[in-house]
Order: sequence, then C-alpha cells, then structure tokens
Amino acid sequence: MSKENQLVKFTKKGIYCPQGNFYLDPWYPVDYAIISHGHADHARWGMKRYLCTDDSKTILQHRLGADISIESIPYKKELTINGVRVSFHPAGHVIGSAQIRLEYKGYVVVFTGDYKTQPDFITTPYEPLKCNTFITESTFGLPIYNWKSEEELRDDLHSWVRTNQSNNRTSVFLGYSLGKAQRLLSLLDGCDNIYVHRSIHNLNEAILSSGITLPKTKLWSVDLDKKTLQNKIIIAPPAILGSRMLKRLPNPATAICSGWMQIRGNRRWQAVDAGFPVSDHADWNGLISAVKASEAEQVYVTHGSQAVFSKYLNEIGIKANELITEYGDEALAKAEAETDKVTVE
Amino acid sequence: MKLFSNLISAIEITNKTSAKIEALVNYFKIAPDKDKLWLIALFTGKRPSRPVKTTLMREWCMEITNLPEWLFLESYSTVGDLGETMALLLPEPSHKLDLSLHEWMTELKTLKSKSDKEKKAFVLEAWSGLDQQECLIFNKLIGGSFRIGVSKKTLVNALAKLTNIDANQLMHSIIGNWEVDTISFEELIHGSHINYDNSKPYPFCLAYALEKELYELGESNDWIIEQKWDGIRGQIVKRNNEIYIWSRGEELVTKQFTELVEAVNNFKDDFVIDGEILAMKDNDVLLFNDLQKRLNRKNVTKKLLEEVPIGFYAYDILEYNGDDIRELPFEDRRKRLESIFGSIALPEHVQLSFLVEFNKWEELHSIRNNSRAINSEGLMLKQKKSPYHTGRKKGDWWKWKVDPLTIDAVMIYAQKGSGRRSSKYTDYTFAVKKDDALVTVAKAYSGLTDKEITEISQWVNKNAIEKFGPVRTVKPELVFEIAFEGIALSNRHKSGVALRFPRISRWRKDKPADEIDTIETVKQLITAP
Repeated sequence: MSKENQLVKFTKKGIYCPQGNFYLDPWYPVDYAIISHGHADHARWGMKRYLCTDDSKTILQHRLGADISIESIPYKKELTINGVRVSFHPAGHVIGSAQIRLEYKGYVVVFTGDYKTQPDFITTPYEPLKCNTFITESTFGLPIYNWKSEEELRDDLHSWVRTNQSNNRTSVFLGYSLGKAQRLLSLLDGCDNIYVHRSIHNLNEAILSSGITLPKTKLWSVDLDKKTLQNKIIIAPPAILGSRMLKRLPNPATAICSGWMQIRGNRRWQAVDAGFPVSDHADWNGLISAVKASEAEQVYVTHGSQAVFSKYLNEIGIKANELITEYGDEALAKAEAETDKVTVE
Repeated sequence: MKLFSNLISAIEITNKTSAKIEALVNYFKIAPDKDKLWLIALFTGKRPSRPVKTTLMREWCMEITNLPEWLFLESYSTVGDLGETMALLLPEPSHKLDLSLHEWMTELKTLKSKSDKEKKAFVLEAWSGLDQQECLIFNKLIGGSFRIGVSKKTLVNALAKLTNIDANQLMHSIIGNWEVDTISFEELIHGSHINYDNSKPYPFCLAYALEKELYELGESNDWIIEQKWDGIRGQIVKRNNEIYIWSRGEELVTKQFTELVEAVNNFKDDFVIDGEILAMKDNDVLLFNDLQKRLNRKNVTKKLLEEVPIGFYAYDILEYNGDDIRELPFEDRRKRLESIFGSIALPEHVQLSFLVEFNKWEELHSIRNNSRAINSEGLMLKQKKSPYHTGRKKGDWWKWKVDPLTIDAVMIYAQKGSGRRSSKYTDYTFAVKKDDALVTVAKAYSGLTDKEITEISQWVNKNAIEKFGPVRTVKPELVFEIAFEGIALSNRHKSGVALRFPRISRWRKDKPADEIDTIETVKQLITAP
C-alpha cells in the first residue's frame, strides 16, 4: 500500500484515513469524523464522535445538537491519532473553517474543505499549505469567476442601501446564516439598524458564546411594526424568498449575495432586485494559486467544476483527478433551507 | 460611457419597472443629445451592422487571456452570452478610456471598413481601457442583442414621463424611419420625421383567449366570427404610392413578400390593412411549417417562390385615404374593407378573410373543431361595435383556439438557456419510440415553472452522459407531455414528422419512460388535407 493510500481512501461514506481510522467530512454516519467547517454538506448528523476547530465547536453544537460527542483544538495545534498527525489550518471560508492536514511518515495530505484565498474582515485568513496530495474544492472553477475586492464590494452594498433609502425601500440581503450572514455584517459595518432573521440571530449567539465578536444587530421579529423597519437593513437566509414575513415588509428591495451572481443570467433568474457576487469560495485565480502553492504531486478535485478544473490542471502539468463527493452547492442549499426552517407566519 | 454604464447598472439592480423608468428619465435629463438618440436606437433594435466578426473577437480574447479554446467555450456555455463571457475573462484595465456613447458608436461605424489588423488594435485598446461593466457594454455595442430588461414599452413610458407627449405617438416616432445623424432628440420625440413617413404602422389590436362560455358574450348576432389563421399577423401600409409590410414584431418585412406588394399595387386608394400573411397554394392555406421556409431569407429563389407562394387574408382596415378610422365600429370597417376588395379584380392570393356563417352560438363548436382540417387554429370572435384597440384589451375580441394535440415523449438532450436562463438547463430535446430505439420528435423550451426547471437542472447535472460542452445527453428517463398546434410529414426531420409550436404542457412524473408514445401513434395524428 502506497503512503497516499494509507492516508486517504475514497469510500462510499466519505474520505477515509485507514491508518488513523477516521473520516473527513463524511456524508454517512461513521464512528469518528473530522470536520472542516459547520456547513450542512460537510458537518452532518449521526457521527459518534466529532473533531473540529475551537471556533467551529459552538456552531456544530448549535446545529447538530448540544449532546453530540465533540472535541476541538485550535488552528495549527497538532493531534496524533493512531500515529497520524492531524491539524487544522485556516481556510478563510466561514468562521471556524479549516483545511485538514494529515501527516504520516513524512507524507502529507491536505483536504481543503471549502476555502477562500482572499482575506475578508471576518474569517481567519486562508493559509497556503505544502503537501504531497491536495484535495481541493472547485465550486467556482472557471476563469469567469474572479471576485471584486472587499473594498469594492463594501462600496457596492453601501451605495445600494443608500439608493434604497432615498426611495423609501427596506434593503433585504439574502445569504446563508452561517458564513454569508456574518460576512455581510462585516461588509455593512458602519450602517446602523441592521436586523437579522431569527436563524441568523440564534447562530450569532452560538458564535458569540465561543468568544468571537460580531457587529451589533437586532432581531427581526414579526411583532415589529412596518414603521420600525422602513428604510432599514435586513439580513435573512434565501429560504425567506416568497414568504409572508418578507411580503409584510414595507416596500422591500431584495438582493441575493452569492458567487453565482457574477453572471447576469443568474441575477436575472431569481425574482429579486439585485445580485451581488459576494462569495465564500476561492475564485479561479485563488484555486490555481492554492494548487500551485501546495506543490502537490497529486491533486484531487471535488465538488463544483471538477471535470473542467482537473482537465485544466493536467494541461498545465499538474497531475489531477476528479473526485466525486456528496459536498456542494445543491446539497448545501437543500440542507441549509431545512436548517434555517424559516418561520413563516 | 460612464453615464450609459451607470444607467445599465441602475436598471440592473432593480426589478421594479417604475425604478427602471426613473433611471431612464434621469439619463435623458443629463445625457448629451446624440447619446440619447443612440440609446433609443439601441433599445429599439436599430443597430448598425456588426463591424467586427464574432470569431475574431473570440480569438483575440483567447489570445489575451491565454486560455485554451475548450476552456473558453466551457466558460461561454456557462455564461450563455459571448459578450459577457469575454468581459468576465478579460484582465483588469490598464488605463481609462472615457468616450461618450455617441463617440463609441461613431468609432464603431467607421471601423467596419477597416482592415482586420486595424480592427484588432481598436478592440484591444478598448478592452484595456474599460472596466468589466463597460467592456460588456462595448462588446454588446459591437454586436449581439442588447437585452437588459427594458422593453420598447418601458422606454416609451420613460419618454412620455419626461416629455408629457402621448405614449402611442412616441411609439410611432421611435419605431419609424430615422437616423441618429439626421435628427435631433427634440425632432424625434416630437415626431418631425413621421409626417413624411409613409410607412408608419399602427399598434396591433390583440385578442385574449376566450375565458367564458359563448352565451355569456350576449347576443350571437352582435358578433362577427372569422377563422383564426395560422401565419404572420401583418399590416400592409399603402400611402402615396409606397407600400410597406409590417409584422407584428414591428419589423418591416416588405422585401420578403414581393407577391403581396405586386398585388396591392393594383389598388387605387391608400390604406392600412391588418391581416394574416400565409403560405397559400391553389386557394388552400398551407401549414406554418411551409411559411417558415420563406422567412428571414436573404434571397428568395424562383423555386421557393413556386413551392411556397405567399397569400394574405385581410381582417381589418385602420386607415383609409389618410383618415384614421380605427374608432369606427368593426362592422363598418368590415364594410369598407369589402367595398375596397370588391372594387377591383385581385389575384386570388390576396383575399378578404371570410366570415363564418352561423345563427346560434352552439353551431360554433363543431366549426371550431373542424378548423384544423383547413389549417386554421380556431376561431376569432369580434364584437360588431368594437373599435380597433391599441394593444390587448379585454372584452371586444376573443380568440378561441382548438385544443392542442399532445404526445408523451422522453427527454434525451438538455441545453442551457440564454440570458436569464443561462444558468439552468431549459432547452430540451424529446424523443418517442421507434421500434427498439428512440427518435427525436421535438425541441421545446417553455411551459415549466422556475422550480421545475431548477429540479430538472439538478437532475441533468447528475445524469448527464458527457461532461463538456453546452449540450448534455441524458439518460432517457424523464417523461413530458408535449403539446403542439399541428403536425405534418417532413423530409427534413429524421422522425419524418414536424410539430408546430411544440411546448411542454406538463412533466409526467407518474409515467415511466417505456410508456411513451411511438412514432406510429404520433403519425396517426396527421389529418389528411
């Protein structure tokens, strides 16, 4: 058995480490799961034991239940499991997100989970890692995806809010409660009167309890009258679209915040006013630079544009293969919609 | 281009028509005269011909970005729009170019006659001096459609709000014949050019689908019934010895239908007549499939003229010797039409639309049911006293179409849409059984909800047989009921049949793929002429 095979095997339940006898972000229940971050397509129910970063712990407990068996360690601290040295390194995706590094007898595997190479104002910035085998996501693995800087995004969002206010409209930003919501809060820093949907409010409470600070927000509850919300800012999960809660708002202007909004067709597809390409994933150049920085002999490309991205890597001389997993945007959207369980009354 | 680019941005971050109108009004208040004219020209489809070939622009873009062709095409199939794909791929600008819309359009007009080398230098200079949004606009100005959610109606409403001029008059002004170089904005909106314009059509009067029982329409003798012919609705405008033919899409199609122009030349009077352009042979109306062979051809060959002769059924008269008579009751307009057609001997391919003789409402059911036999789509019900309305108005005119034919077919290919639909698989190809294999019978891309399209797109992602390119072959599993208006034998189609207006009527989640129709059962739907 080669060193790579001792460290990672791709099984039906997920990415497995035979030497360590644990799984990375498995999609079926297993005994021991090491979790990259708290999104529902990576951190799933039913594992006997969980291991994650300190910053992810309260998030996982909030989402999967206070009674789960869970341990956590800080970024970069090493834990040895059956001789395999395991450590977490910042992935810059959402609060608490990590790349998982495994080392055994000098052979290193890095599993990125989801990551974003550009720094923002809220997550611990991504750190490139060298390794022998690099397992990377490819959500935005096409050269049409190149993100604006945080400053440009901030200007775009603030100017949209100002326009809405001058037209007496309430600005409603739509994004997942874990990750996008906190990112939006940081981008909208400086705006007063930001209201958040209950699912975001509760998650923020869990994040705050781990000692992380977040901008101040108020709870968007149904008993608030229209006048109070007029011209204000609301952050809510996408599942709120079409709900009565949204319809009750005074003259709302809605915006979806997601990397997919880079394409005009996607912006126009949704029945919303605006789309802002605010993404928690690496863009094309981010993916390429991460792969190159890893100096890996073998790259595996998971969820997203795996066919395109691995073909391109092979063309530029980097050995890469597709890896079919159960992660990805569609799985996430479905799971998040359930997690958010938008209260529509 | 900053002003124009800002306008596009303002339009794109709202889906409220009122906000779009507001943004347009603001633009018209501050933009230079020529820019305003260009904006109107662009949004009404009056674009100068493309100065640079698409293939060249693609080549240059690949060269700059250093991307292999397959990856460029993969990007294109994801974005669904070439100009946008290039704008997204091009690097950040190295300098700032600041030309007005008019200046850009003037440059583009002179570009056409230049060498490829000069064209390349110009395009590359532009790309490196414009930001992403401006690049997109620049690419759109060079060619392709400029669809950004502003209809002619929205544009006209913005102009009406700005100027207090009647919206219909503005519609006439902007769709008439004018050139940016020879008119001012003031002249255009006040319609200085349309007095001289012999071609000006009227807005078509449109009917809603009948949504009640016949007896609820009142007395049957207050109504005039005609066949609903299945061709291209058109207006023939004859003024001052000039003849123009407008299609309902507000396009001038005069040159495509020379037979009609020749026939109409025989009339002495001036008029504007509304009717149906049809393929017609030996007094029989042919299928729309036949008419299609004559559409959008650069040259109509002698052979085609003989194979698919064009005819016209006149429905209505809107203007007679310079007088707008749209307010007259329909029965009076019809009499006027009859007297004009009775005044001279006409070739048989230009005729009055004949009226359906009936006494009681009940008699119409069987007449409607038989309409497919004469290649009609059903019946038109018109109130005798009705004026010729502008646009669609409920109550006076109803269309009462025959029920569509349907078959059950299985999806075999899926393709991404364009524009708003570029992120989803929205265009499907369907097949029915032929012996032990499948044979393609129709392509269809409408009739599903956004939610169903999303669900199907996710299914296609999981069940596609190849991974690259815009068209995905999928496992033949999903069954759909396909509705269509007509069916004919066809040599051009592998299945041997051509369907008219195929569309998805519903997703048959209840039906397994082995229960779809066979090509034999489909052919049985053809009614002998």
